[in-house]
Amino acid sequence: MATITGNLNERPARARRGYSSLHRLGELAIESLIRLCGWSAILFVFGIFFFVFREGAPMLFGGLDLVKFFTSTDWNPVSKTPSYGILGLLAGTASVTVLSMALAVPLGLGAAVFVSEFCSPKIKEALKIAIEMLAAIPSIVWGFIAYMMLNPLIIWVTGAPVGLNVLNASIILALMSVPVIVSVGEDALKAVPDSYREAALALGASRWEIVYRVLFPAAKNGLLAAVLLGIGRAIGETMAVLMATGNANQIPTSPLDRVQTLTATIAAELGEAVQGDDHYRVLFVIGILLFVIAFVVNLSADLIVRGIRGKQNA
Amino acid sequence: MKSITATTRNALSVACAIALVLVAGCAPNAGSDGTIRITGSDTMVNLAQAWAEAYQGEKPDVSCQVRGGGSGVGIAALIGGKVDIAPASRRMSEEEMKQAEEKTGKRPKEIIVGSDALAIYVHKNSPLDAISIEELAGVYGEGGKIEKWQQLGVDDPACPSGEIIRVSRQNNSGTYVYFRDAVLGKEGQYKQGTTALSGSSDVVDLVGNTPCAMGYSGMGYFDAAKVKMLKVGKKKGDAAVAPTLETALDGSYPIARPLYIYTLGEPTGATAEFIDWILSLQGQQIVKDVGYVPREIPPTDSKAADSKPGEQTPAEKSASEDQPKT
Repeated sequence: MATITGNLNERPARARRGYSSLHRLGELAIESLIRLCGWSAILFVFGIFFFVFREGAPMLFGGLDLVKFFTSTDWNPVSKTPSYGILGLLAGTASVTVLSMALAVPLGLGAAVFVSEFCSPKIKEALKIAIEMLAAIPSIVWGFIAYMMLNPLIIWVTGAPVGLNVLNASIILALMSVPVIVSVGEDALKAVPDSYREAALALGASRWEIVYRVLFPAAKNGLLAAVLLGIGRAIGETMAVLMATGNANQIPTSPLDRVQTLTATIAAELGEAVQGDDHYRVLFVIGILLFVIAFVVNLSADLIVRGIRGKQNA
Repeated sequence: MKSITATTRNALSVACAIALVLVAGCAPNAGSDGTIRITGSDTMVNLAQAWAEAYQGEKPDVSCQVRGGGSGVGIAALIGGKVDIAPASRRMSEEEMKQAEEKTGKRPKEIIVGSDALAIYVHKNSPLDAISIEELAGVYGEGGKIEKWQQLGVDDPACPSGEIIRVSRQNNSGTYVYFRDAVLGKEGQYKQGTTALSGSSDVVDLVGNTPCAMGYSGMGYFDAAKVKMLKVGKKKGDAAVAPTLETALDGSYPIARPLYIYTLGEPTGATAEFIDWILSLQGQQIVKDVGYVPREIPPTDSKAADSKPGEQTPAEKSASEDQPKT
């Protein structure tokens, strides 16, 4: 840190002496390089969307019966009379996401509250490292855990015929999205000014009352953003759910039913589909759909976070 | 903390991009340096691997790169000109042949390398011993009425719900297509809610762990510690036949199918030598060792081994007649 400040202090002196054209050129080059790095993120997002859209568009605007696409559960893309109905897949993705959030939100927010408000600095460091480790576990490893450990466990506990089902995938997805919820949620709680806590204490509130009555309402938007980011994680996850859901296309009626998700369908089938084929294009249409869902979730998270900042500045 | 996560994520995506470029960069010229690229049928992936290993011992300068993924994956890769050999557990459709011809200018050549009695697997302790094609269609086919083990005449205490958990393959699998065409009929579809697994061995694993499950997979994946193979008859009441080398060869097992490999045009160079070796006594012995049916049962007497490659065995004939063209 010290060296950086040193350099910054040197700069005006040099400037007074006047730039050589070489200096100016170097400065310009580095500046544009950094600017390019910044813009590249946007460029990549649009590039990816363009590519996915280009592959899916011919099917989306010609040939695909959108009503049937969203309302039929018949997904038989390699049949002689192919049918592309994703209702079952949508239901699969939705059921797994909803149940995983039902598990992850209390767990994640509870952990965020504990880390931010209750534990000692030492435990806090240890917990944060552990939670980051949880985020670093590759999804295929989660898939193994689902298949090898949770599967027999669920059979043993619930008596279900197969342990690969909505419940299994939801537990795995909950564990995968908890780190996101904890770190964003903790940031939101940290952003609540200490004066709030002090005022509440002065009024004789207990610690629980501070959390429940003061911090939650104050950090509401940040916590909601944490949850939405967690949802984004759960919807987009592929490999782990491919292994955990039992991969059967149907509308689930209980948490012990097997389902198939949108992402898993693309992962399992894109390899086969011949480029330019209807099946190939429909998989890209599903890609567009996932992109739109992710966009909506992230955008709402972003708008909500902006909402907090606006209020804090006001 | 946030910035750390962001940096890690960026680093990861850069690494991914580099890996992709590397993979893409390597793929097109991998065939020229003595590597035979084999991608396709998951039913045959352990067979292809066994061939590759044995062949490596014979010809150390030729290496084979074997990948599974499914017959559809291999055929798609062959159409794209990305592989030298595509093993397939189903026949390539005329449409796919045309696509390959259009894209590469070469018509794929079909070579039968053996056959497989498609086995119906149940848990090793299941009381069920035999099933008919009709009943299988009732279990797996759309509109089929069989949902419970009781409807097949058995009551398994290990499966209290009595529900048959149908285990199938994902739709780029040749086995998926073969089973649909041979068992569910030309217009048949799989029932909704059928578990689709990505690998032949996954089917055996899951069925081995699940007393309620029934699945189908190549006989080469049989593992007596986990599963048992059902005898299969054509109709209910017909004599059911166990899947063995002999019943697959003489055509009495009703769902035996040929195993193919495809090349783009006539095979040449190292690929041609490899295929000749596959069809030789040694290559065919490996087919048997892996658990599939060789083109003909390798005689113990080596004199009788010089039959002409290209002739179909009875099982292959009947299987290719039975199989509707896709």
